[in-house]
Amino acid sequence: MSASTVTVTDDSFATDVLSSATPVLVDFWATWCGPCRMVAPVLEEIAVEKAGSLTVAKVDVDANPATARDFQVVSIPTLILFKDGHPVKRIVGAKGKAALLREIADVL
Amino acid sequence: MTDNTPVHDVIVIGSGPAGYTAAIYTARAQLKPLVFEGTSFGGALMTTTEVENYPGFRAGITGPELMDEMREQALRFGADLQMEDVESVSLAGPVKEVVTAGGETHRARAVILAMGAASRYLGIPGEQELLGRGVSSCATCDGFFFKDQDIAVVGGGDSAMEEATFLTRFARSVTLVHRRDEFRASRIMLERARTNDKITFLTNTAVLAVEGDSTVTGLRVRDTITGKESTLAVTGVFIAIGHDPRSELVRGAIDVDPAGYVVVRGQSTETSLPGVFAAGDLVDHTYRQAITAAGSGCAAAIDAERWLAEAHTANEMIGAKS
Repeated sequence: MSASTVTVTDDSFATDVLSSATPVLVDFWATWCGPCRMVAPVLEEIAVEKAGSLTVAKVDVDANPATARDFQVVSIPTLILFKDGHPVKRIVGAKGKAALLREIADVL
Repeated sequence: MTDNTPVHDVIVIGSGPAGYTAAIYTARAQLKPLVFEGTSFGGALMTTTEVENYPGFRAGITGPELMDEMREQALRFGADLQMEDVESVSLAGPVKEVVTAGGETHRARAVILAMGAASRYLGIPGEQELLGRGVSSCATCDGFFFKDQDIAVVGGGDSAMEEATFLTRFARSVTLVHRRDEFRASRIMLERARTNDKITFLTNTAVLAVEGDSTVTGLRVRDTITGKESTLAVTGVFIAIGHDPRSELVRGAIDVDPAGYVVVRGQSTETSLPGVFAAGDLVDHTYRQAITAAGSGCAAAIDAERWLAEAHTANEMIGAKS
């Protein structure tokens, strides 16, 4: 895993995401999910480009089922954008970079 | 602006078995293909489990692994793989233009179309509203979330059987809902589902609506023989009713059939426009296999290579005359 995204667990979710001063785009994923592999490199790019104004975090739902359950994630990839500790945008399914940036632009 | 961009020999749009095979062959032929993989790179195989019938992998291989192998093979021969989606194309004339979602224009003398097909949805109330909240088109992605729950799979083809069988690893029960009582699925896949204790078949049943507020609670169904309506209590619904060709990009520019499949000439991959070739699920409504897609991707690469060589020779002859 590259250094541009942050790996978040059930234990660190409150600190890393809910208490974050910058907005956090959380990617709920798993190793066995093909479309998650498609969206991963796109998220790496967004993390690099938006560094400072947006954090991109990754939650492996296999190892961290509690967080997925808390936010009713039953389909992956699901991306949830958190701002000031609250989910403000939810994107289900793999999308292209241009489409993703468009979706989060109005919230950022 | 675009006049300064280089003119490539060939651009490949798509990244399933057809796209990557076209990339491998054109790259090996020194055509330096520019490949737009798009967001759904890997294509339909990225959402499948084990691929048991791809020759050369006698122990089976997972769909994503197979696509990784093809992708790496294309890279090995120097294909320029770009993860961008294509927004529009202009295919008439000797130099074709491809515009990406990022707004960049790329040019090439030949284009191979291999955009594949997209999952079809039922188009019933509740379906899109509850997508990602119990409605899914990817069993391998989402089955995990339905441990010990009662769920349904809608469809009667191989992918419906594969998904139903796969989902029994997680679910308490799987009801396979199908409009008719005949199946398009192959015998081996159908038998595997039929002999699975966790799978119940509900045939001659039309799905009317997906029920639930924030998550799925049931499926409203109608018996197509008696006309009787009822609700099937499930927390998950997996839609596997087939695919539609992803030809939106080229409709109007090249010939497509009434179902949207790109029309090719005879056994070739030539479309209605010179220098434009098509392969894979975008063309094929009959076989739709990884191996047939790969085969047609290879054919498209060879067709494109020959076409480029002929166009080059023709140009040289014109040049010699003047």
